[in-house]
Amino acid sequence: MEAHSSEVFVIGLTVFFLACIIGYYVVWSVTPALHSPLMGVTNAISSVIIVGAILAAGPLGHDTSKIFGIIGVVLASINIFGGFIVTYRMLSMFKKKPKKEKKV
Amino acid sequence: MSANMVAVLYLLSALLFIFALRGLSHPESSRLGNIFGVVGMVIAIITTLMFKSVLSYVEIGSAILVGGAIGTFIALRIEMTALPQLVAAFHSLVGIAAVFVAAAAFYNPSAFGIGNYGEIGMSSLIEMSVGTFIGAITFSGSILAFGKLQGTVSGKPIVFKLQHTINALILIFIIFLIFLFVTNQSPTIFWTIVLVSILLGFLVVIPIGGADMPVVVSMLNSYSGWAACGIGFTLSNNLLIITGALVGASGAILSYIMSKGMNRSIISVVLGGFGGEQAASSASDNSDKIVKQGNAEDAAYVLKNADSVIIIPGYGMAVAQAQHALKEMGDILKKEGINVRYAIHPVAGRMPGHMNVLLAEANVPYEEVLELDEINPDFPMTEVSFVIGANDVTNPAAKTDETSPIYGMPILDVEKSQTVLFIKRSMATGYSGVDNELFYRDNTTMLFGDAKKMCEDIVKSLN
Repeated sequence: MEAHSSEVFVIGLTVFFLACIIGYYVVWSVTPALHSPLMGVTNAISSVIIVGAILAAGPLGHDTSKIFGIIGVVLASINIFGGFIVTYRMLSMFKKKPKKEKKV
Repeated sequence: MSANMVAVLYLLSALLFIFALRGLSHPESSRLGNIFGVVGMVIAIITTLMFKSVLSYVEIGSAILVGGAIGTFIALRIEMTALPQLVAAFHSLVGIAAVFVAAAAFYNPSAFGIGNYGEIGMSSLIEMSVGTFIGAITFSGSILAFGKLQGTVSGKPIVFKLQHTINALILIFIIFLIFLFVTNQSPTIFWTIVLVSILLGFLVVIPIGGADMPVVVSMLNSYSGWAACGIGFTLSNNLLIITGALVGASGAILSYIMSKGMNRSIISVVLGGFGGEQAASSASDNSDKIVKQGNAEDAAYVLKNADSVIIIPGYGMAVAQAQHALKEMGDILKKEGINVRYAIHPVAGRMPGHMNVLLAEANVPYEEVLELDEINPDFPMTEVSFVIGANDVTNPAAKTDETSPIYGMPILDVEKSQTVLFIKRSMATGYSGVDNELFYRDNTTMLFGDAKKMCEDIVKSLN
């Protein structure tokens, strides 16, 4: 079975380039004041490789691949929780403050 | 769950990630964006858990709990001033996780539907080794960046002879290894690729100095995205490809913005060695010039009698944790009816947006915090520029002295304001090693001391 044909690769490549273009425009629209939270969010979402780690950890039994998968799940989870929470902390500091004194 | 259903749910998750980034276009929409990100991640994880081949829920669940607990603990405890280190550390985790996933795919390809052990298709092998290579570089590069930011490793650029030649040779060696790996699928070669890539990651970050860190951190951010992409290609998983491309593009754009903020090409930053001894020579001829020195009371007097004040924070403010004291000072001035604003240079601090986060932490309203382009026209109408822990980003030599290493760098036009107050620990030059002629001007007053203590003293004098 040729599961990974060149067709699959070309579809992947199409998706890749379109996503790069979307990324380009979306990231330029991010306000410079929020560049640190941007790094936090991108860090968290890049840990979506947990998907691959879960697939590796999925089968029953205890082979090498499964152990690697479980380690991958732990590492990616640190990032997912850490990334989103630290971003949340940053963003909650950017809340609009009630105006106490008048600006001149 | 059917393959189509999976594809649709992954697509949904990818769209939510795009909206998560989109939300960051404004502080008010950003929190909703973060929630989109979380929802997208939850959908991705649950969808994957529904796969027929995924059976060991206990192990996976415990792994998520352990990782989640560690991540939550770290994220809740971290000081905002230590953010750059934290981000670097997180990048290293993405990198090493990518290596583990690639290794798992190599040892058990059937779990991912890419063949059997020892009989993996050529394109999968190439994608796998490229993913591994980028992941391993991200891992070691980020660890070294973390060490430099944390101060456990010297922040000074470490340069040695033939550095770039050695790096190029290692890269060629890795390409050769990948070629070997594709032909014989040997685990030994696989792990050699990992080790040599880890070595290369260290070597790439070693020559890059402290203040170039915003570029390095952004670059590693980008790499972590490309690593995820590589894994996405290996597993033919569109969600990973899309997310990886988003993150990769984001990091690349941030690197571009940061190096433009220093008027340097990304290449020259990557090659490193900036701010070493070669720049020091231009500083010598200023040694006999006179510097006007002041104390907190003088500063308080000047500030109190101004109509408008622009505060320019730099890395020195972060080091001294002076943001709260600074905000208190700003509040008193505002009560006096003085127009107080903050000016942020794109490369101030050690990561993109570093100063903005610290000021936000101190409850400075974001409307008062302005970017270089927004605030520069206002300096000529400003009475007092209050520079706290910044130096190079205010140096007029960047505009006038063609021989200066920082020539051409966009700077904040501090010299156009009527008076300049400089909080500095000593007369030492900034990161670039260039002396700042502003220090010797008649309308400049130097306030020597710790930034936090100085702000507190000014607050006392104002009261």
